[in-house]
Amino acid sequence: MDAILLQILNGLDKGGAYALIALGLTLIFGTLGVVNFAHGALFMLGAFCAVTVNKAITLSAKVRDESVTFFEAYKDVPYLEMWLGETGSLIINWSIPISLLVAIPVMLGIGLAMERGLIRHFYKRPHADQILVTFGLAIVLQEIIKAFYGANPIPQTAPDFFSGTVNLGALIGMDLTYPTWRLVYFIFSMGIIAAVFSFLQFTTFGMVVRAGMADRETVQLLGINITKRFSTVFGIAAVVSGLAGLMYTPILPPDYHMGMDFLVLSFVVVVVGGMGSLPGAVAAGFLLGILQSLASMTEVKEIFPGIDQIIIYLIAMIVLLVRPRGLMGRKGVMED
Amino acid sequence: MTDKKTSVSRRSFLKGSLAAGAALSAPAFWIQGAYAGGHGFRNDPTNKATVTLGFNVPQTGPYADEGADELRAFKLAVKHLNGEGDGGMMQTMKPMNLKGNGILGKKVEFVTGDTQTKSDAARASAKRMIEKDGVIMFSGGSSSGVAVAVQALAQEMGTVFMAGLTHSNDTTGKDRRRYGFRHFFNAHMSGAALAPVLQAEYGDERQVYHLTADYNWGWSQESSIQEATAKQAKWNTVNAVRTPLGAGDFSQYITPVLNSGADTLVLNHYGKDMVNSLTQAVQFGLLDKQVNGKDFTVVVPLFSRLMAQGAGESIKGILGSTAWNWSLKDAGSQAFVKSFGQEYGFPPSQAAHTCYCQTLLYADAVERAGTFDPVQVIKALEDHEFSGMGNGDSIYRGADHQVFKNVLVVRGNQNPSSQFDLLEVVDIVDRDKVTYSPDLYAGELGPYKV
Repeated sequence: MDAILLQILNGLDKGGAYALIALGLTLIFGTLGVVNFAHGALFMLGAFCAVTVNKAITLSAKVRDESVTFFEAYKDVPYLEMWLGETGSLIINWSIPISLLVAIPVMLGIGLAMERGLIRHFYKRPHADQILVTFGLAIVLQEIIKAFYGANPIPQTAPDFFSGTVNLGALIGMDLTYPTWRLVYFIFSMGIIAAVFSFLQFTTFGMVVRAGMADRETVQLLGINITKRFSTVFGIAAVVSGLAGLMYTPILPPDYHMGMDFLVLSFVVVVVGGMGSLPGAVAAGFLLGILQSLASMTEVKEIFPGIDQIIIYLIAMIVLLVRPRGLMGRKGVMED
Repeated sequence: MTDKKTSVSRRSFLKGSLAAGAALSAPAFWIQGAYAGGHGFRNDPTNKATVTLGFNVPQTGPYADEGADELRAFKLAVKHLNGEGDGGMMQTMKPMNLKGNGILGKKVEFVTGDTQTKSDAARASAKRMIEKDGVIMFSGGSSSGVAVAVQALAQEMGTVFMAGLTHSNDTTGKDRRRYGFRHFFNAHMSGAALAPVLQAEYGDERQVYHLTADYNWGWSQESSIQEATAKQAKWNTVNAVRTPLGAGDFSQYITPVLNSGADTLVLNHYGKDMVNSLTQAVQFGLLDKQVNGKDFTVVVPLFSRLMAQGAGESIKGILGSTAWNWSLKDAGSQAFVKSFGQEYGFPPSQAAHTCYCQTLLYADAVERAGTFDPVQVIKALEDHEFSGMGNGDSIYRGADHQVFKNVLVVRGNQNPSSQFDLLEVVDIVDRDKVTYSPDLYAGELGPYKV
């Protein structure tokens, strides 16, 4: 039982990442009708916001390391530590939460620039053209990151406050320890999902966007500039994806290719959830994350060797056979 | 206007194909004769002022840190061969035939390549070095999959390959080749060196869970440590799970360990994979647990200072084996560390050490052979005994081209005295204790002449 609960927990943090990317993808598809293959790159750019902020606040001076006597050795001492002492160390330690503040405007800007500069020219083009151009854009973005940061993963650490484990089973008399940052990630992803849904449900802006998603022409006939609002939605989707990537960096050291790895899985999540369905994307994200973790259990793999590598695609096949529109798909979406 | 039709009969098509085939194969036949006919050999530098070596290392992928350090060591070795710098291990190596004037009086140049830690990319890169850049020898690592693949190419092309970091038994076992040489130790030697220390430290009859990189090095490491600990201390394998190379997030593989009944986790991972899997194992609180009335423990059969640096706090107290460490006090190690440290500002890793040694050993063999002819160089390397290179008296065994030398058992240092003092040497295991019969892993070296 402990093992199953642990794997479910493990699936929740992974599922959180899938759900956030899939949420952004569905938001863009539902509003703009664009299949955005560059969405994984936004996840990766968010992660590199954390890397950039960390590099900026750990800019260092080379100081002679007197403890090494064999040769002249130097160690990097961050300027912040030199100037501010322990406060400087504390700021460096909290670089990931600090980078959240930087990432929100940066990702919003990137999203708006991407939509206004390139993607809007492809609204009326076939889906194949959209896929090609966004896929090309994803490759360009990841090559730019590779040129600046190299090809190797750059580990990031969570603040010491969130290091270690939490015993979640203490209250129910079970041994259920789980890394604190992974729990933080799950709570964070739930918070972002709740914020996006609340924004769409309870604000006038959200109401107009939902109306535009349902019937774009009528909304435009009412004199509302829906295109402008949809551009903002693209920016919001970029922020959601970017923050998902940023907060994932202590779990998985970011490299230039990480977006592609998540993109493929997230598309499967969108398809399983149902194209255009926001609750479907979120539910499918968590469901597939949990199933992927459960499939890694020794007991499962003894019966189905290698199932952990294919489970997501197997579920996608079954769902599409039984419910061709996905779990919560709407009629008419991607069926023209 | 006449309508001319060109008709090709079956007979004329066959004749034409035969003639074209003969014409196309003729240059290859002549080229082959040029180096395999007796006196000549591929990329013979005799009539040139310089000689080119190829350094094929992983510059990207999970072993990129090791690759970067290997490249630093190669560059330093070339510098020393050409008489620049302080000479490093050329002051301590015995026997010593190098004069600091290149190799056989020819200035040493080099080209580099990126293996990407992928066999196909490594082969393509090595082939380019041999065919386009004209290298007389190539070297590098850091993956046994890559080493085995390029070693086979070395045999096909008749160009000597001095392997860098490769630890699988296969490299000098079932996949050994006449043109391939390994200075680094292997999984069998790790198991033999580690098992007695693990028994003394953690006792008998432990229940072990293995997480293993899913390629030939991982399999080799897993079976060697399983055999050695079962024989030495009756350790039992509860489960052995294969993980993809470069998995990044190992959480889904680590969580099943918690409820498996195992009290020991052996991480048969290397490079960034090991850094990630060990860090995540510690994050999941494995080292704080008690199972079967014993403190849970983690063992990393092969680790290096670079990995210890990446793993940070997680590595403290963890036992493993290593080929060499910069803190060794022998003259050879100190000369190399001083030279490398002055050049780059930090000490070399075990990967750097083996690559530096391989370059000098090759150059010395050419000097002893008096020719760059690979057949003569191979014969000069086979059963060559040497010392002064950091691991005591060593031998390049002719039967499988494996160097036998002392092996270090190390522990992640709990009280480091400097930023580089990350490994504490627990034991220096004598070469005799890790030597095994060349027949243990059946393989064929292949012919001298190719």
